[in-house]
Amino acid sequence: MIRYAHLIPLLPLAAFFINIAVGRRLPRKGDWVSLGAIALGLAISIGIFYEVFRAYDPNFKYHVVFPWLDLGGRFVVQGGILIDNITAVMLLVVTGVSTFVHLYSIGYMHGDPRYSRFFAYLSIFSFSMLGLVLSDSFFFMYIFWELVGLSSYLLIGFWFEKKSASDAGKKAFIVNRVGDFGFLLGFLLLFATTGALGFDEVFQAIREGRIEGTLLTLAGIGIFCGAIGKSAQFPLHVWLPDAMEGPTPVSALIHAATMVAAGVYLVGRVYPIFTPDAFLFIAYVGLITLFITATIALTARDIKKVLAYSTCSQLGFMILGLGVGGYTAGLAHLMTHAAFKACLFLGSGSVIHAVHSQDIFEMGGLWKKMKITAATFIIATMAIAGIPGFSGFYSKDMILAAALEFGMRNPQHMILFAVTLLTAGMTAFYMSRLVILTFFGKPRDPHKFDHAHESPANMWVPLVVLAVLSLGFWYKVPFAEKGWFEVLVPKPASAVSVAAPVHPAPAAHAESSSEAARETEEAGHPAPSHAAEHDEHLVHRAHSIAMYSSVGVAGTGILLALVVYLFGWINPERVASALRPLHTFLVNKWYFDELYEATAVNGTKALSRALGWFDLHVVDGLVNLCAQLGVWVSFLVGKFDDAVVDGAVNGVATATIESGSFFRRFQTGKLYHYVYVLAGGVLIIFLLKVF
Amino acid sequence: MTGPADLVFYVLAALTVGSAILVAILPNIVYSAVALLFSFAGVAGLYVFLSADFLAATQVLIYVGGILILILFAVFLSNRISDVKLSNPARFHGQAAFLCLGLFGVLSYTAVSTAWPVKPGIVYQPSTAEIGELLMTRYLLPFEVASVLLLAALIGAALLSRPDGGKGKAVDMEEPK
Amino acid sequence: MGLDKLLVISAALFCCGLYTILTRRNAVAVLMGVELILNSANINFVAFSHYVSRLIGGQIFAVFVIVLAAAEAAVALAIFLRLYATTGSVEVDMADHLQG
Repeated sequence: MIRYAHLIPLLPLAAFFINIAVGRRLPRKGDWVSLGAIALGLAISIGIFYEVFRAYDPNFKYHVVFPWLDLGGRFVVQGGILIDNITAVMLLVVTGVSTFVHLYSIGYMHGDPRYSRFFAYLSIFSFSMLGLVLSDSFFFMYIFWELVGLSSYLLIGFWFEKKSASDAGKKAFIVNRVGDFGFLLGFLLLFATTGALGFDEVFQAIREGRIEGTLLTLAGIGIFCGAIGKSAQFPLHVWLPDAMEGPTPVSALIHAATMVAAGVYLVGRVYPIFTPDAFLFIAYVGLITLFITATIALTARDIKKVLAYSTCSQLGFMILGLGVGGYTAGLAHLMTHAAFKACLFLGSGSVIHAVHSQDIFEMGGLWKKMKITAATFIIATMAIAGIPGFSGFYSKDMILAAALEFGMRNPQHMILFAVTLLTAGMTAFYMSRLVILTFFGKPRDPHKFDHAHESPANMWVPLVVLAVLSLGFWYKVPFAEKGWFEVLVPKPASAVSVAAPVHPAPAAHAESSSEAARETEEAGHPAPSHAAEHDEHLVHRAHSIAMYSSVGVAGTGILLALVVYLFGWINPERVASALRPLHTFLVNKWYFDELYEATAVNGTKALSRALGWFDLHVVDGLVNLCAQLGVWVSFLVGKFDDAVVDGAVNGVATATIESGSFFRRFQTGKLYHYVYVLAGGVLIIFLLKVF
Repeated sequence: MTGPADLVFYVLAALTVGSAILVAILPNIVYSAVALLFSFAGVAGLYVFLSADFLAATQVLIYVGGILILILFAVFLSNRISDVKLSNPARFHGQAAFLCLGLFGVLSYTAVSTAWPVKPGIVYQPSTAEIGELLMTRYLLPFEVASVLLLAALIGAALLSRPDGGKGKAVDMEEPK
Repeated sequence: MGLDKLLVISAALFCCGLYTILTRRNAVAVLMGVELILNSANINFVAFSHYVSRLIGGQIFAVFVIVLAAAEAAVALAIFLRLYATTGSVEVDMADHLQG
């Protein structure tokens, strides 16, 4: 089945072309074309995953190459497909979520005038994302990276008649471009120094030391910039909340599961190239992101905005995890997040569809009216909050453990654990707040409440499936040592030649459920041998502390939310007015948009104006000057023509007249003068002849 | 020939040239006309010395008796009496004199210095018969043409002398105004 | 006598006639000069005929010259009279209509 891997992206591509060209004329406007293509892709992905799972080999790798651009042997660009364990998982995730979104969109987008085009865009997005996942070189990943950006622009700005939607599309694309610029610089730096484009070749080159030190750190940071853009990390997180202008299925697809995950996937893919300094950079970026966006989510009113900021925050978790060495942790969270966030988004879409509003303060008590939606929503919320038994607990706990380990080894970076833990608590709080305000309590808007109803089957079926996938047992059998994910997706050895002893040992972390069963885990790999014993202890302690503390803060967060919003013992209004400046700051999203507007946007506009002025006055001035010079030259030539040429002509005439006037005087008309001259001439001739 | 013939020759020559000079320089036109008469007479005398007796007679008859009279008529008819004396104011005399003297010098020098092929044996004989004979035989054409010319001149002069200058009908001749 | 002398005499007459033509203002005086010149030519003819060629052709030519001189004088004087009748004077300075 893995031989058919190339079909997975190509089928949606074909669907795109069909739907773009003739979609409108097909029966049902061609939605089945896109759905069929992606469903087929899903089937193949399931097949591949099955094969990979059966092999159960941490070092599984399937790599085929084909020449893509051959300039006569001197410069050959190879294309290829690379599938290892994480790729197989990602394929499943992407095709799976995409299929559900396709299914969901049939109901959600029903009646939209550009229905077939929507499905075409979904197909091109799927193609781009799948291509990105399957690529084996920086070059192709970049190509698909940009394609994903383009597809997201098309999808976010789908309702472009609304100015806010088209603005959001532009914002997403432009902010992504900023990050992509860093990505381009990074990988061009690598290409320039190593001469290789493919991942394996580059890793090999780094191992050989062809690029190292600060330059390698910079390359790594450059590539990470792409992830900052795509995964909406600080400071390029501003596009994600605005991207909620797109239809809800788009939000689910792009922002829950796939596009934003591309950044995390990238970091995971090129993990071996990062130096310790680059990792620190990554970790802190992730930290800042997860904290800032969580605080904004505390005060948001729009259901989709809360989820958007929550996505940013969770992505921050993933990035942080990758930065502190928890490779497996970060990628695991990526996987689990895909499921429960998609479920949350689709659920919110269902609520919006029912209530025709996105403001949670106009909702309330919807549990009575939309039981399926509410139930799935609550399950997904438990997952994101990190309640044991759900998938989110598993992955989030891994991240916290990794952060704590890192902090223990490098005490100066303990803040990485502390703030993350606090934010985990905040996550639980705001998600619970969302749930309570939406589904429980008294309905705040009776009119909307009356009209609310459960969504049709093609909308709640995906919800149920995703909610089921948010449960914990899929990823790790309870009480087992390690989940299959940890085994199959180990941390790759770094290609950087400087030993990195400060990272946690790249073995899978042992997990346990909320019961106290503890296993000693094995450091089953070549670790720095003299510190193995010490290491093991450390890891063990980190895990316990992390686990207990994460459960603790999650519980605290939920309790607090209940206290404030359900039982009403603390009045949120009073808290808000007491902390008015802070509250305003949070409500206005830390004023990032205003900051960027003032600096980047206005700066660019000012630069354009300056360049325009330059073009108008200097360049055009030069052109006009040349024209003016031409005018002057022609004026001078004209004067010359008048003076010299005409002068010559006139001079000839004048000379003729003057000479004529002169010689005319010889014609006196008086005969005796003529006789005189005649005689004189005769005399002269005589004289000449005689003498 | 020497002796009195030379003397007479020189006198005649002096008369001719002297009169000619007087014609040229005398301010009064009547005086010039009279001097011209003497010049013609002198020329006639010179003709005799050149054995051209017929020509000498013709000269006197026509030049003196005809042309000179005509000239006198014209002089008196074309000038107010009071103007007669003032008819010749000076005007680039110097240059003309210079030219004429120069020309005279050159011509006389030529005449003197050239070795003319003079035939020896001067014979003096009357020429009238011979001229008459030649005019009727050999020079008949010029003779006739000359007569035609004279006729034309006669008619022309008569026509021109009319009061209307030759235009219009013939009217009685009258004194010009 | 002698050819030279006669030629000199003729030259003198010619020059006097030329001088008269050049300097005199009255048209009739100019005519007198013309007559002088004709006479000088006549003398030349006859002299050469007598001394050099011994033919009588020179004399005949001189006869014709005289005839022509007479005719010309008549016509010229008629013109002068006409000129006097129309303009009131016979000065040669008046005949400058060909002036350029």
